[in-house]
Amino acid sequence: MKRLIALIIFITGYLSLNAQYPDAKKLLERIDQNMSSENRVFSSSMIIHGRRTTHTVKLRTWTAGEEKSFTEYLFPVREQGTKMLKLEDQLWIYSPSTDRIIQIAGHMLRQSVMGSDLSYEDLMEDNKLTDQYNAKVTGTETVDGHQCWVIELTAFVTEIAYHGKKLWVDQERNIPLKEEMYAKSGTLLKRTELSDIQRINERWYPKKIVFRDMLKEGDGTEFIIDEIEFNVPIEDHIFSKASLKK
Amino acid sequence: MIRFLFKGLIRDRNRSLIPFIVTATGVMLTVVFHAWMTGVIGNSIEFNARFASGHVKIMTRAYSEYAGQSPNDLAILGTDTLTDLISSEIPEMEFAERIYFGGLIDVPDSRGETRAQGPALGIGIDMLSGGNTEAERMNIPSSLKSGGLPRNSNEALLSSEFADKLGIIPGDEFTLVGSSMYGELTMHNFILSGTVEFGTTALDRGTIIADINDVREALNMFDATGEILGFFRTGTYNDEEATLIVNRFNEKYSSPDDEFSLLMKRLAQQNNMGFLVEYSGKLKGILVSVFIVAMSLILWNAGLLGGLRRYGEFGMRLAIGEEKGHVYKTMLMESLIIGFFGSLAGVALGMVIALYLQNHGIDLGIMMKNASVMMPQVFRARITPETWYIGFVPGFLSTQLGTLLAGIGIYRRQTAQLFKELEA
Repeated sequence: MKRLIALIIFITGYLSLNAQYPDAKKLLERIDQNMSSENRVFSSSMIIHGRRTTHTVKLRTWTAGEEKSFTEYLFPVREQGTKMLKLEDQLWIYSPSTDRIIQIAGHMLRQSVMGSDLSYEDLMEDNKLTDQYNAKVTGTETVDGHQCWVIELTAFVTEIAYHGKKLWVDQERNIPLKEEMYAKSGTLLKRTELSDIQRINERWYPKKIVFRDMLKEGDGTEFIIDEIEFNVPIEDHIFSKASLKK
Repeated sequence: MIRFLFKGLIRDRNRSLIPFIVTATGVMLTVVFHAWMTGVIGNSIEFNARFASGHVKIMTRAYSEYAGQSPNDLAILGTDTLTDLISSEIPEMEFAERIYFGGLIDVPDSRGETRAQGPALGIGIDMLSGGNTEAERMNIPSSLKSGGLPRNSNEALLSSEFADKLGIIPGDEFTLVGSSMYGELTMHNFILSGTVEFGTTALDRGTIIADINDVREALNMFDATGEILGFFRTGTYNDEEATLIVNRFNEKYSSPDDEFSLLMKRLAQQNNMGFLVEYSGKLKGILVSVFIVAMSLILWNAGLLGGLRRYGEFGMRLAIGEEKGHVYKTMLMESLIIGFFGSLAGVALGMVIALYLQNHGIDLGIMMKNASVMMPQVFRARITPETWYIGFVPGFLSTQLGTLLAGIGIYRRQTAQLFKELEA
């Protein structure tokens, strides 16, 4: 009898504890509504704090869905006019100084962009979390004064840069304020802090993300969105190799 | 007396032939082994020095931690004046700036798009400032397989095998895709001036060699260099002198609190070269010791056998009144003659073989195929002044030692027994 009572208490406690947490999948959908879009055009600045120096790179990026992306370097002068086109898992880079279009192999997409803490995938992809991860809400924590859900994500697709993620999601605005990205081995690869959350159209969006590649030394990279537009018409020719040389 | 003994040795070959052959063979083996080992170790040390480590190398402390990865983001800055300053402070050495880098070589098709691509290891050396010191140091002129050395800016060499794989010939254009010292992706066009083959898998697999100023331009490394290599003006590595220079330099320029302060390392502290340098220093001692011990044992045995064969002769000489000391002395004199001529013959024979190995070498390319250490493919012997006496002296001494040990038996013969022995 005593055992039965203990079991009932345990089950009731467990259920009531879980009832406090929202449905993880729905939470991911709400995050995707904020962070993902059909397409977007944005200008950004990357302030790269290297081990020895800090330098800034300015970019303008056009992204359509998950597979098309085009980026042009605006600054520094040495890089001005360099363009990158990503179609699915292929990347082409054009450099005006050589007047060459060079195809970069798929695995290079995980390399650092201009010495920053961002990879080409980080910069040029806009994948929905719901299309890649299963989620589980594991608790609550406070980040920068905001009450957050702690969510653990595990990828159900194979070709993915980060097999696992841990997000701290603002309970009010449904936007991550902190992220940790893990390899399949469990190694922490990157850590990001999202701030300067602004209301843009119908969504909350972070205008500043600090990336920190945990496998290299340095003080991280500040990725600042200077200007962003969601779901604006982008002409198809932008995502063609011909536009690299224009 | 010597003439008398000499005649005896010539006329009675049984007395001299075996010790002569043993001595000559031992000396010959020692000479060849010494020349071969000196050559192999010297080849490996100098090859590494010329291509990778220098006799000393200057880097930043941070760079030195990851030197194997050539982390140019941690390169030495302000090299315009620094190298001149160091050269004036250490006049016994010649200094050369080098940039080692990794990247992709991309060959365009007629539309300027990627036709072929391959990963490359690059070396930026001074090739255009006049004089070919660096090119000659790296043996580039004699390693040319096609085309010529870069004569103008933005010309480069590729390893022959790599150029064939990419399908390009001298005069063709290709692009180096690399990473600048700030981590930026960089692209730079080069014209292939020629192809080279060093006979070393590590270098022949995929190497690009260009003038250091072009590499600086390509990798955005103005007034910077990855490494400064120092070479003794004498041309050969001297570990003791290098240690003194390194200590003096680091005391002045290196600070553990500043990861970008300069750090000098000697050759023996790099690429696991310490063992080779140490072994090279001890080689002479090891060879001489092994030779003397082994040869003495063999010649002792030969002496004993000779002594047994000449048992009757010694008995007769003692019986007719010759002093034991005199018999012993003549034996030693004989061995002196055998030792001298045997060693001489051994040196001559050994030198002929060593000379052949020095000029022609032995191609061990198959064994070196996947070697990660930078090693030459063809190993050659090296005849040094030491080679001339390294076998002769111990050959000569061990003959004496062998006879000294074998001849002791003479003193054990009892005069009273001699006639009985002779009658028997």
